[in-house]
Amino acid sequence: MAASVINTYTDPGMPEWLSAPHSTGTSIMACEFDGGVVIGADSRTTTGAYIANRVTDKLTRITDHIYCCRSGSAADTQAIADIVTYHLNFHKMELSEEPLVQTAAAIFRELCYNYRDSLVAGILVAGWDKKNGGQIYSVPIGGMVQRQAVSIGGSGSTYVYGYVDANFKPNMTKEEAVKFVTNTLSLAILRDGSSGGVVRLGVITEAGVERSVILGDQLPKFYEG
Amino acid sequence: MSSIGTGYDLSASQFSPDGRVFQVEYAAKAVENSGTVIGLRGKDGVVFGVEKLVTSKLYEPGANKRIFHVDEHVGMAVSGLISDARQIVETARSEASNYRSQYGIQVPLKYLNERVSMYMHAYTLYSAVRPYGCSVVMGTWTDYEGPQMYMLDPSGVSFSYFGCAVGKAKQAAKTEIEKLKLADMSVKDLVKEAARIIYLVHDELKDKQFELELSWVSEATKGKHELVPREVASEAENLAKQALADIEDSDEGEM
Repeated sequence: MAASVINTYTDPGMPEWLSAPHSTGTSIMACEFDGGVVIGADSRTTTGAYIANRVTDKLTRITDHIYCCRSGSAADTQAIADIVTYHLNFHKMELSEEPLVQTAAAIFRELCYNYRDSLVAGILVAGWDKKNGGQIYSVPIGGMVQRQAVSIGGSGSTYVYGYVDANFKPNMTKEEAVKFVTNTLSLAILRDGSSGGVVRLGVITEAGVERSVILGDQLPKFYEG
Repeated sequence: MSSIGTGYDLSASQFSPDGRVFQVEYAAKAVENSGTVIGLRGKDGVVFGVEKLVTSKLYEPGANKRIFHVDEHVGMAVSGLISDARQIVETARSEASNYRSQYGIQVPLKYLNERVSMYMHAYTLYSAVRPYGCSVVMGTWTDYEGPQMYMLDPSGVSFSYFGCAVGKAKQAAKTEIEKLKLADMSVKDLVKEAARIIYLVHDELKDKQFELELSWVSEATKGKHELVPREVASEAENLAKQALADIEDSDEGEM
């Protein structure tokens, strides 16, 4: 979300960006591949026009095999992720096995739908479970839930829908998927003013998660006009 | 019972000096007076067989069923007081439905069993309530965990079983079930066995009328709990009657 988010408190002498809420004007992505999912995000958090954090981690752990990519209000999405983590931990103890990605998505949806009037949160839930393997569920603003083989989110995503549609292939290898996510996010960062910084990646498979970072100067180069 | 009249059997909230809760034992007695219920877990599903005693000729056929659907994928066969059992079915249905709306998937039987057990157990703790006079058997088949079956007592204790029997003739039924190679059998064979066992353990002298209820949940039903189709059920029932007649013939021959 950009600085247009409603300010409930404004001092006429104070610049608008000081009181604007922190938000993750964002580019996030998740992509299924053969054996798991790749998740990725940029790292910019803005307070109005000000970059409050240039190395944010928008890939948040829910369980060892389930992560979420957060976009929207930083405060809202962090709070939701914490609550879902609590519920899934409890559920894991009751079942004595790893929760399903579907279950995680259902809890995200429940919260995002019930509090849709007060939340600004667009979340991608991604992970691996032994029932259905690698899965991605998109929970956009409003609290819908939809399983997708590939999904993008955040303000930056609007610039790269075409690229994703043109380049996604089912059953890619891990390397292909990582490359695809990196390219997509780099293109999104290039065009979107409220996305930027580094590209953070996560590869979730049966073995767990493998995190990595691609620094700003290491990103793939594309035509820059 | 030596303890009768000592006052320790009046409440479920009080132990006897030798550490028993008599109300729970009486509840178990209520189950022992009921028609026999068996559950068989084979390689590809679970089969329920119920000897439903018909106490009046005025009832319509199929009245007072003892096999219930808890959710699409879970079946429950009940023994004991039918009115108590219906409340347990209702509780299980709410649990299954809540789970589905909260987590978006069908409830795992392991979890459902735990919840229903906890509920039944709660009724063994307070002086204001009596324990449930029923035992229930729950079963399911899922693609990813295969067949599962649990039996639940009035005490709130439950176990997972390959084969189980409860009610009047549970001993005789268990003896028969133990002869089966359950892990290698398909539900198609188990339906016949279930019918045969129910007919075999039925006591014609004490209880004249009974109806056989059969249901299954298996790979073949795509994980849905269903009553066994009429043709399959009547074939199993005819085989059971035939098997019983054969035993009676050979008994006469020996004399």
